[in-house]
Amino acid sequence: MKEIEVNTTTINFGPQHPAAHGVLRLVVELDGEVVERAEPHIGLLHRGTEKLIEYKTYLQAVPYFDRLDYVSPMCQEHAFALATEKLLGIEVPLRAQYIRVIFAEITRLLNHLLNIPAYAADIGAVTPFLWCFEEREKLLQFHEAVSGARFHAAYFRPGGVHQDMPEGMEEKLGKHFETLPKFIDDLESLLTNNRILRQRSVDIGVISKDEAIEWGCTGPVLRSAGVPWDLRRSQPYDAYDKVEFEIAVGKKGDCFDRYLVRIEEMRQSISIIQQCLKQIKSGEISVIDNKITPPKRSEMKHSMESLIHHFKLFTEGYRVPEGETYNAVEAPKGEFGVFVVSDGSSKPYRCKIRAPGFAHLQTLDFLSQGHLMADIAAILGSLDIVFGEIDR
Amino acid sequence: MIEEFKKIKELNLITDNKIFYSAVFSKEHLIKIFNELKDNESLNFNQLIDITAIDYPSKEKRFELVYILLSMKQNRRIILKTHLDENDNIDSLTEIFEASNWYERECYDLFGIKFNNHPDLRRIMTDYNFEGFPLRKDFPLTGHTEVRYDDVEKKVVYEPVKLTQEYRDFDYTSPWEGMSKGIDDHNEQE
Repeated sequence: MKEIEVNTTTINFGPQHPAAHGVLRLVVELDGEVVERAEPHIGLLHRGTEKLIEYKTYLQAVPYFDRLDYVSPMCQEHAFALATEKLLGIEVPLRAQYIRVIFAEITRLLNHLLNIPAYAADIGAVTPFLWCFEEREKLLQFHEAVSGARFHAAYFRPGGVHQDMPEGMEEKLGKHFETLPKFIDDLESLLTNNRILRQRSVDIGVISKDEAIEWGCTGPVLRSAGVPWDLRRSQPYDAYDKVEFEIAVGKKGDCFDRYLVRIEEMRQSISIIQQCLKQIKSGEISVIDNKITPPKRSEMKHSMESLIHHFKLFTEGYRVPEGETYNAVEAPKGEFGVFVVSDGSSKPYRCKIRAPGFAHLQTLDFLSQGHLMADIAAILGSLDIVFGEIDR
Repeated sequence: MIEEFKKIKELNLITDNKIFYSAVFSKEHLIKIFNELKDNESLNFNQLIDITAIDYPSKEKRFELVYILLSMKQNRRIILKTHLDENDNIDSLTEIFEASNWYERECYDLFGIKFNNHPDLRRIMTDYNFEGFPLRKDFPLTGHTEVRYDDVEKKVVYEPVKLTQEYRDFDYTSPWEGMSKGIDDHNEQE
């Protein structure tokens, strides 16, 4: 009988590791320094969000969505708000649609401004991290101005948004987004032609068009492989059909293309925000139906009916007609979908959350095969992994 | 396009609500239907977006297994459903869609639905050595066990859940007109 010598080393990567982007445990089988198999163990941040939502009213479910992918909170509220509105059969006023688009794009900028420098830091650059965090802080001030919170905003609610933008906000936004493109140019001057970044990311973690579709990849990962698919364009929601933008598409589907796609998406986001600011007009910011959105506080002071509405909305909540729907938005990481089943009560019977990162992390095993151990950090960073949404 | 679906005999109750198509099938035909949906040039549902389940403990067949597919060429989605009993198995989709690997593991972990011929059907979301299926309706929200660090044993220990405060469950069954009725009344008054 012939004996075969197996000469692999098994390494445990994480769950506490700075390059693991949260709590990822990776069991890596190595032949020398070459990866033969990388098996992610997930679920260390599983909080049972889907189960909890079944016990909460539709309004109480909104804050859970902030806490899924905690670097792009508003896009996820967006998916849930749209799904609930579909079940309720209501149309959101135009101003609310524009506000939502503006803040969904600010959220996209926030996400990419974290992902790009974090990716750069994984492969050796420190400066972009400091630069981008300064810019993020400026954008987070807009979050804070409308919702009172920097991250967990709970701003997009079924029926519209929670409150109107404060006075003078539109001018402030306009002024800020005039200067931001300059910052992105500066950021690119640090990274795009940097020799180290290119050496570490070109031809690393290549995914082809067909593979990307097969594995359920969406968002920048799919586009970097050369598929011009963007839900904002193909299945527009809210005011996305009223703005023009380009879809950034890559060629090779490697880590470097994914980086370039994100850079270009930031420029497009700025352009979308500027167009929205030009088009937005004053008006209502949520449906005027006190069976769904709460009455104004001033009304509650003298109207008995408003007081009753307010009380009922924040105790029992509104009842949603029986039915089910699937609604997806183009979140910064890819297609974020919500599948909601209503049994006619004020709580969802089932709420399934489709997280883009879950599908992306699944590809890690075949993306990293044959690469070096150090490339795993680069691939992970370029996939934009956030455990809040993967583990749910 | 609905005509194309009707050519697949195994699909029942095909509907189109302008947002997505939906259809029902019985579990024996799974592989055939998905092959057809993926390979047929005029349908081309080439991306599996998600697999999930819904638990209806009172129904004869307890689980509703839901498959969500996307066709980029047609720019449409389809939601396919099949009904499963608690002890039923269903074929795995991994030979048709690679992506179904983890989706099916998740369904197995949270609902206890078993998939035949799955390459690696292990738990994915819950803790190592977890017992029970959390998204079933008869699984309590609080779970069965809780963990704490034991100073004597110098390790994390599992114990049955002890609630220091009664779980708050309010009764909202007082008469309150539901949303659809409310809107009609409102409009009539105006």
